[in-house]
This record gives sequence, structure tokens and C-alpha cells, in this order.
Amino acid sequence: MDFLNGLVFFTNFVVIPATAYGAQLALGALGITLVYAILRFSNFAHGDTMAFGTAVAIKVTAGLVALGITLGPLPTALLALPIGIVVTGLLLLGTDWLIYKFYREQKAKPVILVIVSLGVMFVLNGLTRVFIGVRDIQFADGARFLVTVRQFRDATGLDEGLAIRTTQAITLVTAVIVMVVLFWFLNRTRTGKSMRAFSDNEDLALLSGIDPDRVVRVTWLIVAGLATTAGVLYGLDKSFKAFTYFQLLLPMFAAAIVGGIGNPLGAIVGGFLIAFAEVTITYPLKRVLTYWLPDSMAPEGLVQLMSGDYKFAVSFMILIIVLLFRPTGLFKGQSI
Amino acid sequence: MNKLMLATAATALMTGQVMAQEQSGDVKIGIVLGFTGPLESITPDMAAGAEMAIEEVNASGMLLDGANVTSVRADSTCIDAGAATSAAEGLITGENVNAIMGADCSGVTGAILQNVARPNGVVMVSPSATSPGLSTAEDDGLFFRTAPSDARQGVVMTEILMDRGIESVALTYTNNDYGKGLADSFQSAFEEAGGSVTISAAHEDGKGDYSSEVAALAAAGGEVLVVAGYTDQGGKGIIQNALDTGAFDTFVLPDGMVGQQLVDDIGDGLTGSFGQFPGTDSEGAEMFQTQAEEAGFNGTGTFAPESYDAAALIMLAMQAAGSSQSADFMGSVMDVANAPGEEIFPGELDKALELLANGEEIDYVGATAVELIGEGESAGNFREIEIQDGEIVTVNFR
Repeated sequence: MDFLNGLVFFTNFVVIPATAYGAQLALGALGITLVYAILRFSNFAHGDTMAFGTAVAIKVTAGLVALGITLGPLPTALLALPIGIVVTGLLLLGTDWLIYKFYREQKAKPVILVIVSLGVMFVLNGLTRVFIGVRDIQFADGARFLVTVRQFRDATGLDEGLAIRTTQAITLVTAVIVMVVLFWFLNRTRTGKSMRAFSDNEDLALLSGIDPDRVVRVTWLIVAGLATTAGVLYGLDKSFKAFTYFQLLLPMFAAAIVGGIGNPLGAIVGGFLIAFAEVTITYPLKRVLTYWLPDSMAPEGLVQLMSGDYKFAVSFMILIIVLLFRPTGLFKGQSI
Repeated sequence: MNKLMLATAATALMTGQVMAQEQSGDVKIGIVLGFTGPLESITPDMAAGAEMAIEEVNASGMLLDGANVTSVRADSTCIDAGAATSAAEGLITGENVNAIMGADCSGVTGAILQNVARPNGVVMVSPSATSPGLSTAEDDGLFFRTAPSDARQGVVMTEILMDRGIESVALTYTNNDYGKGLADSFQSAFEEAGGSVTISAAHEDGKGDYSSEVAALAAAGGEVLVVAGYTDQGGKGIIQNALDTGAFDTFVLPDGMVGQQLVDDIGDGLTGSFGQFPGTDSEGAEMFQTQAEEAGFNGTGTFAPESYDAAALIMLAMQAAGSSQSADFMGSVMDVANAPGEEIFPGELDKALELLANGEEIDYVGATAVELIGEGESAGNFREIEIQDGEIVTVNFR
């Protein structure tokens, strides 16, 4: 019984939140990795692309709710998501046409494109704030919980409870669907294959008659889809604030690089790895060990590896260790 | 050439004016508050409070045998120590103020005290700086405040918890001077009283996800969770997450966390949580509000009553010492603020001036039941509140 209590406690505070957070990071890292693989630069504007897409989805959600259209127990934002993706896609295509295209035609070095994306980031940053404001916005509606702590305790008779929020479940389900569709698209469809070819060897791809402009357009549209989905899921699960999306940039890049940048599978594994590392390394094991160890060995202190103040440092540390010992990431990505 | 002549003449005129002022014994008080910056929404009422006290004294015409008091406003910006220092410097060298009512935020108050007030020997009375660090700052006896130190709030919070029989708490604070200061003072007071703090963990404001912070707090355990944060920042995120995961059901809310917005946002989950914020049931508070209403500003505004008291204390101390020079009246501030003597409420400054002129003693109560302790800071009165059915209800005064 004590073992189960400890397990439930650990699941409630570590496994569930880290899994949901990991799925959100993975979706974000997928977008970064795709831009890196096909357009060959690190897109610093990705966090703000997510914020912009989410902001559009929030406005549409508000409109739908005002019209009386809801999804019942599910958040209405899921209905607004496709519109958010389309608008964000148009924005990214516009940005590419206006800015990135010029540098691509100049055959600019990747580092120049990185700095250009930094500029795009600041502009998007401001655009999002003008569009929706800087306040904290909660836009999740429908049922808040799938399982509440009390329901779980009553059903199992355990001392410890476990809660699963609807948004956490939706995050995981949506992430799995998006990932499956993305892999099917990249591996099975003609367009997907041409994108991979373009990524592997640009010159060969051009020689075999692949239209580069089309590949670029499709890439931006997929990135818009991934970014908006990740942003909306994150916002549903927590709350929306333009600034927090900007801060997500570090863990997302860490996830993409740890997994092997340019490798979609690596981005997913990296996302979960970073999320679990952030939560577990700063987690005090006191309560869990009290359940699991015999009473005489129960710990007095917190049994915490690192204080929560250092949470931000965790992504950095993992990033540095990986770059030092395995520059191409866990799965073979492109070296940077 | 003409311009130069004009400028010289103007300068001469102005110097003449300053000289004239000093001769007739007129008094100038600088009001240094953050008219721009994070506190810009509450400082107009604070300044109005201080200026109301000055008008009251002028109307009586009894300060130092008929001296006229004028006030000069300056901007402390609340956050920019450099700008605040030069603003205060300007008041002293350019305007020749006799005393400063201010500043507002703890950081800039400390900067003005060390860089301007002490070198020039000018008395400063702050209505709103609450950092415990200011209690022990070197001040040459020049610095006073009508707001309580957060150290006092830590003691009050301890008393509330002990009265409710709670002896083990988890503590989280926003990672800045306010949060850290309050958390430290609470922890030492609570442990001295025999309670135990299972964990004291900082949280950063402006993040989306607080699950790892809450995981750590839950693992450490405790009967309640003390959240020394802000209602619209990390404090709210922590409470929401702790409720969702069932980590804690009851929260202790210090002054930064008491706000109707939080209660509305969180909903039922907050019922039964409790806390405290500065406030008094003294009749002076009501008298001040009526007076403020007549003067046309909001008397319930945060720190507006404290500002009235700060300005009043400065002028009463001058009267008691019979001089408007800081070096002369700095020793009288504590005397007029505390017993023994006749109790003085808002609107009775003329009576106080008369009593002091006759050599009698006064005990200034004012709008916030002023009682200066230690090095010259308000003992502090707090309102104990509880969340009941979506309302913030005052259950006690401490």
C-alpha cells in the first residue's frame, strides 16, 4: 500500500505534468528542427510564432463562444485551432516572401539568417502584444478535470490522490496525432519525400527537378501548424501570456539540439527528456522515500538534488553536456 | 548680450526670493513619490494626502509663529535609483526643502537616504517603504516611516497561524526584495514561535508553468502553503496548480496576495484561506476618509493615509522643536508620534500645533494609529482576513 501511495504521489506531481510539458516542448522543437533541416537556420522567431498563432486562436475562440458555439466538455479553442493555423501560415509565408527570400537568393550564410530571424522575433513579439495585449489570458473552457484528486481517492481508497486535467489529456492525444501525421507525411507522400531529399542534398534535389519554392512554402505551412498547435496546447494547459512563449525558446532549442537538430524523432525524444529533467532534477524525494523506505530509514531532509531556483539552468546544462560529448545529438542529427 | 543680462537678473531675483523665504521662516517640504513607474496609479492619492496635511497647517497659521508651508513634488520613479537620487538632490540644492516626505518604494528610498538625505542632513519620512533592510540602515537618526516593516508582517502572520493551531507550513515567495524580505522575516518569527517551515522556495514571476515548484512544495509537505507573491503573477499560478494537483487546500495570503481579482479567478478553491494586510480599525481612519472626500481624492487609496501622517509628523516635529531645521527637529519626531500627551486625530492639526506652542505634549494618532517603534518606524496595524464564499472578509484587527 505504501508503495502504491508513493507511486501515485510521484505520478501526480512528476510524471503527469512532465509528460504534458514534454509533449508541448516536443511539438515546438519539431518546428525548430524542420526549419533547421530544410531552410538551414535556427529560427529564433519560433517562440513568438507560437504566441502569435495562439493569440489568433484566442480571438477566434472568444468569437465562437460569443456566437454560442462550444465543444461541450472539450475546450472551444480546438475548433479555433485550424483558423489560427491558417492565419499563422499566411503570416509565415508573408515573412518569408518579404524577408527570408531575399537572403536565400543572396545565398547568405546560416549565421546571417539566424540574426535575421532574431529581428523577425522582435517584430512578431511587438505584433502579438499590439494584437492581444500583455495580460495573462485564460481561454480554457469545458470540463476542467478528467479525474480529480478526490474522485481518485474515493475510487481507490489510497491516501494520495491523482488529478488529470482535461487539457493534459488533450495535449497528449493531440501531440500523438500530430506526430503520426507528420511522420506519415514525411515518409509516405511525394511532397514529404521531396522535402527530405531537399534537406539531405539541396543540389541533387534541384537536379532531380524538385521545385525549391514549393518545398519552402510547404515547410512554412507545416511549421505554422506545429507552432500554433504547440502554442494553443501550452496556453490551454497553463495560461496565455506573450512573454512566457518567448521564454519557451530556450527549452525548445535545448530539446531540438539534444535530440539531434534536423532529426524529427530526436526533437520528440529531446522534448520529453528536457521536460522530465527540469521537473525531476529539482524534485525533493522526501515524501516518496518516506513511503518507499522502512520507517527507520525515512529521510529527515528534503532529498533534493538542486533547489528550484536552478530550474532554468537545467536545460543549459544538458545542452552543454550534449554539445561537448555528442555534438550531433542523441539521434544522429546535423552537427552545428 | 541682452540674454545674458536677463539671465543674470533672473538669477539674482531668484536668489533674492530664496533669501527672503529663509528670513521670514517659511517652510518647504519635498514630496518624492513615484509619479511615473509601477506605482503611478496610487501615488496621486498619496501626494494629495500629504498636501492636505500641509493645507490644514497653513489654514491654522500656527506653525512656528505663522510660517507658510509650501510643497514641491519630485518623481522617484519607484525603480530607478539614479533618477530618484538626482530628483531628491534637486529638491535640496535647488528648492532648499527642509524635509522630504518620501520616497515610496524601498529601493529608491534607501538610495535617497544614503546619497542625499544623510550627506545633506535632511529628515525623510517615508509613507510606504516596507523592506526590513531599512530598519537597520545607517540613517544618522534622519529616517522615519509611517508604514510598518515587513518584519512586523512576519510576526503578525506567525500570530495568526499560531492562533489557528497551525505549526507546520510550506513557504514560497516571489524572487525579489519584497518576497525574499517577507519570507525571511516570517520564517525566523515562525520558527522562534515553535513552528516549522518545511521548505522555503522562490518562484519566478511571469512563467506559464509552476508544476515543478508545486511538486517541490508538495513533497516537503505542511498543513498550509504561505504564498508571498503577487495576485496577478506567480502567486496565482502556484495556487492554481496546487489546487489542481491537490497539493494544498488552504493558503496564507500576505498583503501582496490580497485582492478580489484573485478570489474571482480561482473561485471556490480559495474558500477558507486567510491572510493579512495593513489596515486599522482606529477611528482616525474614518475621519481621514471623510476629510479626503471633501478634499476630492480617494482616502482609502493604498498608503494615502500613511502619506498624510508622514507630512503631519514632519510639521508637528518642527513645531515641537521650534525650528524648521532638520538637525533641530529630527529628535522630536518620536516624541510627537508616541504617548504621553493628548491624542491627535486627522483634522486636529491646529489643536496639536496650539498644544505644542504652549509647551504641552501630544500623542499623534492620525489616520493610521501611528506608533513609532525601534529606529522610527510604524509598529503597524494589520487586518486579518479570510475568504468566505468568494468574498474577502475582515475577521480581526492586529
